[in-house]
Amino acid sequence: MQITTPQFSANAKDALADKDLQMALAKLRAGFTARRGKATDRLPEFDALCDQARAIKDHVLANLDDYLVRFEAKVIECGGQVHWCVDAAEARDVVLALCRDAGAKSATKSKSMIAEEIALNDHLEAHGIEPIETDLGEYIIQLAGEPPSHIIAPAIHKTKDSIADLFVKHHAKYGFDQRQDEASALLEEARQVLRSKYFEADVGITGANFLVAENGSIVTVTNEGNAELTQILPDTHIVIASLEKVVPTLEDATTILRVLARSATGQEFSSYTTFSAGGRRDGDLDGPSAFHVVLLDNGRSAMLGGEFQDMLRCIRCGACLNHCPIYGAVGGHAYGWVYSGPMGAVLTPQLIGIEAAGNLPNASTFCGRCEEVCPMRIPLPKMMRHWREREFETRLQPAVSRLGLALWSWFARHPTAYGLVARLAAWGLNRVGGRNRRIGWLPGAQGWTADRDLPAPEGKSFRALWAAGKR
Amino acid sequence: MTDLSPNLQDQPRVGLFVTCLADLFRPSVGFAAARLLEQAGCRVEAPLAQTCCGQPAYNSGDRASAKAIAAQVIDAFESFDYVVAPSGSCAGMLRRHYPALFADDKAMAARAEDFAGRCWELVSFLYDVRGVRRVEASFDGAVAYHDACAGLRELGIAEQPRALLASIDGLTLKEVAAGETCCGFGGLFAVKYPDISIHMVSNKTAAITDTGAQTLLAGDLGCLMNIAGRLSREGSPIRVRHVAEVLAGMADGPAIGPEINKGDR
Repeated sequence: MQITTPQFSANAKDALADKDLQMALAKLRAGFTARRGKATDRLPEFDALCDQARAIKDHVLANLDDYLVRFEAKVIECGGQVHWCVDAAEARDVVLALCRDAGAKSATKSKSMIAEEIALNDHLEAHGIEPIETDLGEYIIQLAGEPPSHIIAPAIHKTKDSIADLFVKHHAKYGFDQRQDEASALLEEARQVLRSKYFEADVGITGANFLVAENGSIVTVTNEGNAELTQILPDTHIVIASLEKVVPTLEDATTILRVLARSATGQEFSSYTTFSAGGRRDGDLDGPSAFHVVLLDNGRSAMLGGEFQDMLRCIRCGACLNHCPIYGAVGGHAYGWVYSGPMGAVLTPQLIGIEAAGNLPNASTFCGRCEEVCPMRIPLPKMMRHWREREFETRLQPAVSRLGLALWSWFARHPTAYGLVARLAAWGLNRVGGRNRRIGWLPGAQGWTADRDLPAPEGKSFRALWAAGKR
Repeated sequence: MTDLSPNLQDQPRVGLFVTCLADLFRPSVGFAAARLLEQAGCRVEAPLAQTCCGQPAYNSGDRASAKAIAAQVIDAFESFDYVVAPSGSCAGMLRRHYPALFADDKAMAARAEDFAGRCWELVSFLYDVRGVRRVEASFDGAVAYHDACAGLRELGIAEQPRALLASIDGLTLKEVAAGETCCGFGGLFAVKYPDISIHMVSNKTAAITDTGAQTLLAGDLGCLMNIAGRLSREGSPIRVRHVAEVLAGMADGPAIGPEINKGDR
């Protein structure tokens, strides 16, 4: 996937001008936040559960190696195999090799952000294996050739009309030649197309919301039941997950599940929550004969023990996106890569480098809403600030900004000189403001004045007046 | 208003951290704060060695400058019983972020921790520390109160300004829809990402306009200048003021930005 994160501002401008997107975002802002609010209000112990959830993940992160080794041992006991992958390229190659071993022509997939992160679909397609997304939203954006614009609602930016257009274009070959206008009819059409794909697929690829160390099971959460069909019908089940998904026990997984759906969609529980361990056992009526877990690091182990470790508690609920005023203004695609919103602003620089992703941790007002709603209590603004510190230390910010900041901070550290400049500025800007006390244009401040005025100062600085004895 | 502690020895010494925006743009806010603090039985001083809390450096990733400025603020204000700022954002910086800045320096960390515990945002200081429950001001009209993010989420300021405003004769308080949403100021954010900032502030001015209030109040000049600047560009007759001006009964001077009358647009 092409990274457009450096063009964040241009992407944002386009997004702000996109009327369909703006309507979708307005609905998302109102809907998701209201539903989450109701769900958390109904559960008096929600805050206590968040504390427990955080403690579980902190414990895991402090003992990650141990729990991963235990998880692998249990997977092997269940007849499966764990593939440890350092980076995206290795994970792609392992999945491709497993698909080839299975003689696969096609692979169904349920929603996985890790698959997006490693650009798995492109890789499989390039090597002659057809990947089929089975989550409706993911299926729609796969047809459109777009990345997800939200981690749990990937096609949130799509209108019903644009989906109908996509289906006309891509479903004609399956004999669907009527354009459907009703949402329910579109859904039914997608179900019919996908149903045969489920049965044809040789491999099913799922993500995992949790990897449970005590018994080697994986947990998937969906509202469509597609992860279940994806993992049960084909002969090979490949799970792709990043290593911080491991939790010690089933009890731990269920504790975190209690905050996950409430934070994400405002549901008490998602419609389908499936625990599965290994492949088909003797006597089982269905299930895959081969079970593989592709475990991805991709820079995460380097976050351990550092200032970004807390980010590894993230359970991808999307609450920070839903409550972020920046995400709510520009949507997910503007962020220019896989992850968006506050969690993306912290994680993306780690995964693609701060040189490319510098815009993301800067495009925040530090309003703090994300941290407030995060069920895992991740201090997202603090970590965005850490990225800005990295940028500052490595001189990545533009020379003009650096110079301006250096000049300002020199004055801020010299109160007498600062006082003189403040007096001068208060006087000068007051004159510029004139009788209307508004400044509509100021050289070098077009960012402020292009679409808003600068209220003019009163004319004298407080310190000058106070020193002169005014009270 | 009656002094809570008329005996001079019992009056706490309060250092007024006036904030760089009030110093440069709106000294009235500083004088309103001083009056409110005196009415609440405090002895107020405004050390001239103050400049800024350091947030521009801190939020730009320049930790070293932020630390130097923070150390300077602590030096200038450490001797006061309390440090009070007419801003949730700056008070949040002093109270929540200074200790974090010095986490790697034991001696300074202890000083910053002790200092932070005595730093307050103006309205919450009046209400929570000084026990002020009503102010002797009058104001004619409906006002909307904007919750500034740092005050709301870092310091839990929401009820205090509403309670004090409710005690003012003639004032009707209106709630802004989606009031917990940021106005799009965010310091340098507003100039670095102007398109997004304008989108956010336009949503905010629309919600404020919908309240029907003639005046908008908030406790932070950053938000106020952003909202006032946008309202003025929209040709809105809504007047914008710092909440301290109204609480101190000093809302008779010019509002922030131009005053546009309904007939002018």
